[in-house]
Amino acid sequence: MQVYLPIAEMSVNALLVLGMGGLVGFLSGMFGVGGGFLMTPLLIFIGVPPAVAVGTQANQLVAASVSGVLAHWRRGNVDVKLGIVMLLGGMVGTVVGVWIFALLQRIGQIDVAITLAYVFFLGTIGAMMLVESSRALIRRRAPTAKRGKLHRHIWLHGLPLKMRFQRSKLYISALLPAGIGAVGGMLVAIMGIGGGFLLVPAMIYLLNMPTGLVAGTSLFQIIFTTAMATLLQAATNQTVDAMLALLLLVGGVIGAQFGTKAGGKLRGEQARLLLAALVVAVALKLAVDLVVEPDDLFTISTRIS
Amino acid sequence: MRPSRKDHSRKAVWAVRIGGGLAGLAGGVAIAAMVAGTVWAQQLVADLSSHLIAITTGFTGTEVVLFGTTDGAGDVAIVVTGPRGPVTVRRKERIAGIWLNARSVRFEQVPSFYMVATNRPLDQFVTKPVLERHQIGLPNLQLGPREQLAPEQLALFRSALIRNKQRAGLYGITLGQVSFLGERLFRTNIFFPANVPTGLYNVEAMLIREGEVVSAQTTPLVVSKVGFSAEVFDFARNQPVFYGVAAVIGAIAAGWLAGAAFRRV
Repeated sequence: MQVYLPIAEMSVNALLVLGMGGLVGFLSGMFGVGGGFLMTPLLIFIGVPPAVAVGTQANQLVAASVSGVLAHWRRGNVDVKLGIVMLLGGMVGTVVGVWIFALLQRIGQIDVAITLAYVFFLGTIGAMMLVESSRALIRRRAPTAKRGKLHRHIWLHGLPLKMRFQRSKLYISALLPAGIGAVGGMLVAIMGIGGGFLLVPAMIYLLNMPTGLVAGTSLFQIIFTTAMATLLQAATNQTVDAMLALLLLVGGVIGAQFGTKAGGKLRGEQARLLLAALVVAVALKLAVDLVVEPDDLFTISTRIS
Repeated sequence: MRPSRKDHSRKAVWAVRIGGGLAGLAGGVAIAAMVAGTVWAQQLVADLSSHLIAITTGFTGTEVVLFGTTDGAGDVAIVVTGPRGPVTVRRKERIAGIWLNARSVRFEQVPSFYMVATNRPLDQFVTKPVLERHQIGLPNLQLGPREQLAPEQLALFRSALIRNKQRAGLYGITLGQVSFLGERLFRTNIFFPANVPTGLYNVEAMLIREGEVVSAQTTPLVVSKVGFSAEVFDFARNQPVFYGVAAVIGAIAAGWLAGAAFRRV
């Protein structure tokens, strides 16, 4: 069944897109990540212009994070105050990101920039996760009872504008969560991903936040940064395809439900190891595309610049 | 500008609906013959089976039949040209091991779509200067490069543009076939792929005798999004901020609904 996408100006197989949404939704449900990092490359792969893929993905993530937050909200796993502080930074980051996106689009380097950003972030995070989770798997076999300090004090915690976050039992500089939020916002705008895979470790390791609250809180602020990115991408770059977003959404929601069930059967370290392997694989594939000589050195663009 | 074009396409929709029953070639030829009867002085008369290509949600490409008559022997060349506009051609170069867009050339007058159909190979009945004058065939297309470049560099970018357009199915790779039915009736099928750009197209039919274009007729063809996809597109273009707001609200509602629906699962 072919469906015409009005903004991407191309015809795609609806079942293929639904299937992609379902697959990515399954993985995101299983591993508890947004899955944007997989979806954007997949969309580009089936011929959706990168700019449209990113803009549409932001729209789709609004829905995905809303339904994700609902589940965490019921369990009381959202630190609203911290989320709002992150959000303030996120707003700034999104505006800057959309502006950078438009600039790159104008000078014709957006495709390379998106790919480079992917290779860098996915490669780094994926490699770190791979090392960490395989160590954890090995450590399980030979448990050492050494327990780390509850709180490590590094220079980041000496920043001004200290604030108390009761829910997370933290007393830290507001600049820290705001800064993390800003980076997340930029990722949403430039890469079309929620940035959960970057926010979650940052919140755990830099903020020393209770792990249980991390996922809900990061999703909470991702709702707003992705909503804002959607709005800005639609207004400045006109790259949000509502039709494509709808298809991805339907597939994603259904896939996520099955993914969550499958994820329950996996152990934490195993799930993380699998996810890390997946992230690294995507990064490698994109890196290879960057260095291998393309079939045609020339590309054309009709977008008015 | 926009509303008038819309009006035009609406009218065209009606014209197509009314003419739907006559869309067959036989009926079409009858019309052409009638037209030929009234303007008998014209040496070539041609028309399309449809003057509107409607891009609906289920659009996967379509074929339009061009048919016509001549007043005697001669060769026919059909040129279909989409709306012209600027296109930037970029060349990738390896910089620090990565393939980056480096040099770029902007062409100002690039047809978004271009197809040529003839009844026999062009070089058998027409000379190069004539082809150039009428912009028949890809080598003779005027694209209007903006930059001043060395000719061989320009040729490289020009052929890259054409190659990319051909890969997208928007420029003809081979000459289309115009078939004659008897000596005077001719027809050809023009295929428009799913990614056909919207706008006002020109379908030019030319009668060529002894290497000269003796008669030509231009028929307009509107390619337009209609229905839901048109509304989404117009909404996104004309009111981008409201479109964004609507997209966000829709996504929040969908997410909420999904969360609520699967709550018990």
